[in-house]
Amino acid sequence: MKKASIIMIIGPLFLLGLYIFPLWNIMLGAPQYPEPLGMNIHIDGIQGVSEFDIQNIDGLNHYIGMRKLPKPEDMWEFTAFPLVIGGMVALGVLIGILGFFEKLNYKWFMGWFVFMSILGILGMYDFNAWMVDYGTNLDPNAIMKLTNPDGTPISYKPPLFGHAKMLNFDVTSLPSTGAWMMFAGMMLTVGAFFMGKRAWKPKSKTASVVPLKVKTNDK
Amino acid sequence: MKKIRYSMLAFIGLVLVFTGCNDAGKSSNGALSSGAAEKVYVAPGEQDEFYAFLSGGYSGNLTVYGLPSGRMFKEIPVFSQFPTSGYGYSEETKPMLNTSFGFVPWDDLHHPDISQTNGELDGRWIFVNGNNTPRIARVSLSTFETEEIIEVPNSAGNHSSSFITENTEYVVAGTRFSVPVPQRDMPINEYKGNFKGALSFISVAPDNGRMNLEFQLLMPGFNYDLSRPGRGKSHGWFFFSTYNTEEANSLLEVMASQNDKDFIAAVNWKKIEEYVKNGGGTKMPTNYAHNVYDEESHTGTSTMIKEVVTVDPTKVPGSLYFLPTPKSPHGCDVDPSGAYIIGSGKLSADITVHSFDKMLDAIENEKFDGEAYGIPILNFEDVLAGTVKSGGLGPLHTEFDANGNAYTTFFISSEVVKWNVGTWEVLDRKPTYYSVGHLMIPGGNSRKPFGKYLVAMNKITKDRYLPTGPEMEHSAQIYDISGEKMELIYDFPTHGEPHYAAGCPAELLASKSQKIYRLDENKHKYATLGANDARVERNGNEVHIYMSTIRSHFTPDNIEGVKVGDKVYFHITNQEQDFDVPHGFSIIGQNTSELLVMPGQTKTSVWEPKKVGVWPFYCTDFCSALHQEMQGYVRVSPANSNIDLSWSLGE
Repeated sequence: MKKASIIMIIGPLFLLGLYIFPLWNIMLGAPQYPEPLGMNIHIDGIQGVSEFDIQNIDGLNHYIGMRKLPKPEDMWEFTAFPLVIGGMVALGVLIGILGFFEKLNYKWFMGWFVFMSILGILGMYDFNAWMVDYGTNLDPNAIMKLTNPDGTPISYKPPLFGHAKMLNFDVTSLPSTGAWMMFAGMMLTVGAFFMGKRAWKPKSKTASVVPLKVKTNDK
Repeated sequence: MKKIRYSMLAFIGLVLVFTGCNDAGKSSNGALSSGAAEKVYVAPGEQDEFYAFLSGGYSGNLTVYGLPSGRMFKEIPVFSQFPTSGYGYSEETKPMLNTSFGFVPWDDLHHPDISQTNGELDGRWIFVNGNNTPRIARVSLSTFETEEIIEVPNSAGNHSSSFITENTEYVVAGTRFSVPVPQRDMPINEYKGNFKGALSFISVAPDNGRMNLEFQLLMPGFNYDLSRPGRGKSHGWFFFSTYNTEEANSLLEVMASQNDKDFIAAVNWKKIEEYVKNGGGTKMPTNYAHNVYDEESHTGTSTMIKEVVTVDPTKVPGSLYFLPTPKSPHGCDVDPSGAYIIGSGKLSADITVHSFDKMLDAIENEKFDGEAYGIPILNFEDVLAGTVKSGGLGPLHTEFDANGNAYTTFFISSEVVKWNVGTWEVLDRKPTYYSVGHLMIPGGNSRKPFGKYLVAMNKITKDRYLPTGPEMEHSAQIYDISGEKMELIYDFPTHGEPHYAAGCPAELLASKSQKIYRLDENKHKYATLGANDARVERNGNEVHIYMSTIRSHFTPDNIEGVKVGDKVYFHITNQEQDFDVPHGFSIIGQNTSELLVMPGQTKTSVWEPKKVGVWPFYCTDFCSALHQEMQGYVRVSPANSNIDLSWSLGE
């Protein structure tokens, strides 16, 4: 249980990577952009991969009537996410420490993982909803108004995961370092759960019962 | 009959043999030419191995090419007005072409030289000379723009220029014409003994490249043709070829070709530098322009300087010697080790090589052969290292590879000759098309040549390309010199008249080539930093329009309240911060040129409306899909009207 608890302490700490590294990355390449434009989505705001990428993406987006990319103060998420992540790191570490001193059992480890997963899925849902809004809620006076064959306006929503062709742009959207660190950290907590589970059985009450049973079986 | 048959058979046999031979010959030729094609072929999307900067001669500008493809990348305006970008027409760049003769919108650009550290190319700047109205310019190799032009007083026909010392301590400018110094009204035929030749040493600040004319050597009235720095062991010396040591002032073709030998002047500039540092030299009143372009304010300023330090070399013992060199030497080249000074007598078949060590020995042991105007002439045989019996005629210029070989151009016999430095033995020769002047090997005028390609720049084109009437661009050839024998691999037209050129490996410059100017560093007095800052102001009859551009509109694009007789300044600031998104500006009846404004840059065009009406302006650079919509109007009212200034966008 001690080993499992140490891993449970380490796992959530991986989430601290989100304060440094981007969660998500969206790259936009086109014939005119052999060096693609790109944005890194951090938990506290959106940054250009190169210095002027945000300005240049906004410049291009104005043709299709997209709003400017949000600044940190434009979206509550960029304030809330760092707090939520910080809270979850603290909670996870606390659970690990309490596990170390055997104040609570391994099931809490899974509990933290499930809670974090729910938050993660909610986050993804929110992120996707934001992209849908940005990609479809366009200025009616946009310079370029393009429609699908059925007459509905084209959506410029970038893919949540993977590649899409949007007009002349190849858009690739993938989790970035921060997300991978979060993923690794969460997997560690799952590992901590199973290690804790295995270490739990032979200990405490059941530990003395098992050899007894063995003896009975022998005779 | 039998005999005839046999001989028929023999004949057929011979035919077969010869045909066979011919076939073999043809296929090997084919392989050879396809090999050349592969060597120069830079596939679409690939980039060249070397930059080449070819002087434009009478175009006044510098052209940038790639090697081995021979593709031209850019023309950098230096001494000539350039409507393509507005250089020399915009308010910011007009001061760059200011001189003591006023605005001189043209020059004859001859000899590019890339800055060096420890004798190796460092790729910070490239220096070029204006031959006609003596000027030296410094071009940045991160923006590829002219940053500074300094006029050279007391000089005329600034030809033995603009060569740098091995740590870019100085850029050196020598006069071709000797003239009265200071200039004065005197009979031309009193030239001899009275005219002077000024050799100017212009220091280069190591941090920002800023030039300063430190001193001028006032030499006897010869013609100073070309020059090269000493390097390695000969660092601290500078060598100038001379002709017309006869000091003729007319029909020089004949009169200046009488002496069997002219001189290469060896100048110990370190000695003179020290002399001047210790207060030596004479401060002479003069007047010359020093023009500096500031990258942050995007603005050039011209300052007139009123004084120059001149040095009489006879007052500085050991600072100057003459090396007799046969047949009116033109090229004066120093090998990568700095041990040999090559003088190419342009009327000769041979190349004369002087030894630096022997020169020092001759100086020490006073092996003199008389003197000229108090300057010791060293004994020819005592400084001679060797003579290259070339078999050609009219040697002009020599460059070097990294393996101890030299390559000399021959104008009259129209060829390049490869020879060994040390044995003076001719190793190879290849024709040029036609009448080659300078040649260039990247780094060939440094301690570290990159001896892979040689570019021969010719004076005569004739039938090399599809004919284009009497006037044609000059031709150049690229040779692969990586093997024992030179191989002609490409032939391409050049712009203007390239004289000398300079080249360097692509990686020295490519990664630091600037992509945009930062808007947040724009310190232009009339910059419009953001569309909200756009406005129009009147000051008497001057109207200043602070205009911003971004894809795909001008702010403002409707302007009223301008009157006939106004002087309207369009200050255009490009708001883009994206690589390769310039915007242009032009307005009907503009008496200057359009402007091409790079991202983050501000440029100004003056327009003096002469007619009442509503006059359009537009973007000249196809900036976006809506480039054609990037336009606007200026309403011009009669001079006595009282319409208020107003401006708008999207109203």
